[in-house]
Amino acid sequence: MTIPKILSAAVAAILLTACGSSSEQPQNLTGAGATFPNPIYSKWFSEYQKLHQLIQINYQSQGSGAGISQVTEGTVDFGASDQPMKPEQIEKFKTTRMTGVLHFPTVMGAVVPTYNLADVTAELNFTPAALAGIFLGKVKKWNDPAIASANPDVKLPAADIVVVHRSDGSGTSFVFTDYLSKVSPEWAAGPGAAAAVSWPVGLGGKGNEGVIGLVEQTPNSISYTEMTYAIQNKLPLGAVQNAAGKFVKASPASVTEAAAGTPMPDDFRVSITNAAGDDAYPIASFTWLLIPETIADASKRAVIVDFLKWMLGPGQAMAPGLNYAQLPAAVIAKEQAAIALIK
Amino acid sequence: MATTATSPSLPQRLRAGDPVAHTLTGMAASFILAITALLLYHLWTGSALPRAEFGWGFLTGSSWDPVAEKFGALPFIYGTVMTSLLALLIAVPVGLGCAIFLAELAPRGASDALTFTIELLAAVPSVIYGLLGIFLLVPILQTTVVPALVAVFGFLPIFQGPFQGVSVFSAGIILAIMIVPFIVSVSREILLAVPQDQREAALALGATSWETTWKVVVPYALTGIFGSVFLALARALGETMAVTMVIGNKPEVSSSLLAPGYSIAAVIANEWAETSSGAMHQQVLIELGLVLFALTVVINGVARLLILSMKGGKK
Repeated sequence: MTIPKILSAAVAAILLTACGSSSEQPQNLTGAGATFPNPIYSKWFSEYQKLHQLIQINYQSQGSGAGISQVTEGTVDFGASDQPMKPEQIEKFKTTRMTGVLHFPTVMGAVVPTYNLADVTAELNFTPAALAGIFLGKVKKWNDPAIASANPDVKLPAADIVVVHRSDGSGTSFVFTDYLSKVSPEWAAGPGAAAAVSWPVGLGGKGNEGVIGLVEQTPNSISYTEMTYAIQNKLPLGAVQNAAGKFVKASPASVTEAAAGTPMPDDFRVSITNAAGDDAYPIASFTWLLIPETIADASKRAVIVDFLKWMLGPGQAMAPGLNYAQLPAAVIAKEQAAIALIK
Repeated sequence: MATTATSPSLPQRLRAGDPVAHTLTGMAASFILAITALLLYHLWTGSALPRAEFGWGFLTGSSWDPVAEKFGALPFIYGTVMTSLLALLIAVPVGLGCAIFLAELAPRGASDALTFTIELLAAVPSVIYGLLGIFLLVPILQTTVVPALVAVFGFLPIFQGPFQGVSVFSAGIILAIMIVPFIVSVSREILLAVPQDQREAALALGATSWETTWKVVVPYALTGIFGSVFLALARALGETMAVTMVIGNKPEVSSSLLAPGYSIAAVIANEWAETSSGAMHQQVLIELGLVLFALTVVINGVARLLILSMKGGKK
């Protein structure tokens, strides 16, 4: 055997394994939805395509609302959302598509309080009452006892707090307001939990870049942002007091703790804000893929099922690299069982 | 007309070109009408829910609560109109001055080079202007411009209250920067198209160069110049990305230009993606589109009436 022959045999072997089963057909899948998991989804789809060269998965990150609308209308093969579908949305899906919809958690993320205080280098601690007070406009100064009592070693300025929030409807806002609604009855009765709410105070920035721009430009400002963006932009991450009374900083590990501390219902539609557990970070959330229960096209169904299995296996390992938290083992096992529901 | 048997001769066929051209161009024109009608139809049918719920009160309501589903358009209408007016106030004198210089006073070579630069500015995507606004303009306004303005005009109600960088004022300035190129490039073409004998006649009567420009050339071109201002106004009213970056996105009506505000186009772009189809929140955003449409019609209509009355007064 000459060297070229050995080489070509090796290449052929690699190609065969890479393509998986030889019966694989060309397949195009389209999905749309949440922007928050877009970085990890893009990575997953491109890695998955490397393994299955004939499969194209096209994901459009247009927002969770758009994802729910499009999968309901059947214009995409799957949707993606940062908040579980509401009962009336599921009802609408059933009447439009004549089938149910399944939620599959993919990864988790955290929303962190971040701020711009020129003379404060220490990372601040926030109690739930302080956060709710600030965003309700009740806590007006940085040296208010509500903030100062949790940060005894920090000299806080007597400056006015400038609140910055997202102006566009976003999953980030939903997670944050969902948390505030759980810890503050006043918030629950006032603005409430939604992707877009009526903010009592503050300036609105468009998108993560708009919010971060405003925080960087505005002295004494505070906002909330997806953990990844705060880390990328080197903004301080405040620690938040969890349900167990401990101050916890956001990290992939503390978010996974939050999920582990929350019982998982059979339909996976669960909020993990203010979760129990000593090390659980309280402002965290799953993000979901929305898959129709019946998929008429058998080869599409096969690809979706195979992708879900891959995502729950090797895909999970890619999450921490992009600052997403991996799913807890118990959730993965439960999802693997739920994949069988796709008919 | 016995033309049934014989094929038409060449001149006849050329004459038949007239109706063909008439039909084709007529179709192109009715295409515009059809698009407008379709747009109106969709805006109207798409906003049935909030129109039934809020009625005319939508225009004067000022709460915006997507959770409780209480919506009012006033803060958005106010923000849209104020930013556009402020932009025009700044951009019209600057743009017109620039156009006069380029058309009448500058040497031809310099004029062409500058015009090229201005047309380049017109092609910059608005998101770039928005980012420039938040990272470049806002800090300048915060450190120098606004403190100076407040020191001199601080007694005026439009310069009251704290300035947090993003505001109606900042949005107006960014819009002004964005629409100047439109005014300049269209006005310059119009000034250049003023017949040379108009200038020669004025000069022959002993007018100075500036008198010729200001009293003969500009009035001659006035309708066209107004046309360029309308174009600029249309862009300012509908501008989305740049405005939402610097306006502060706070649905509130404040008499101070330094306070944050919100505009119609900005709230639609901000909140659309997270609404679900057919829901009240989405339909309200469609109704805001309808309001913006009506606003554009009303403002353009008023401006046109103004021009007509000016022309009438001159006669």
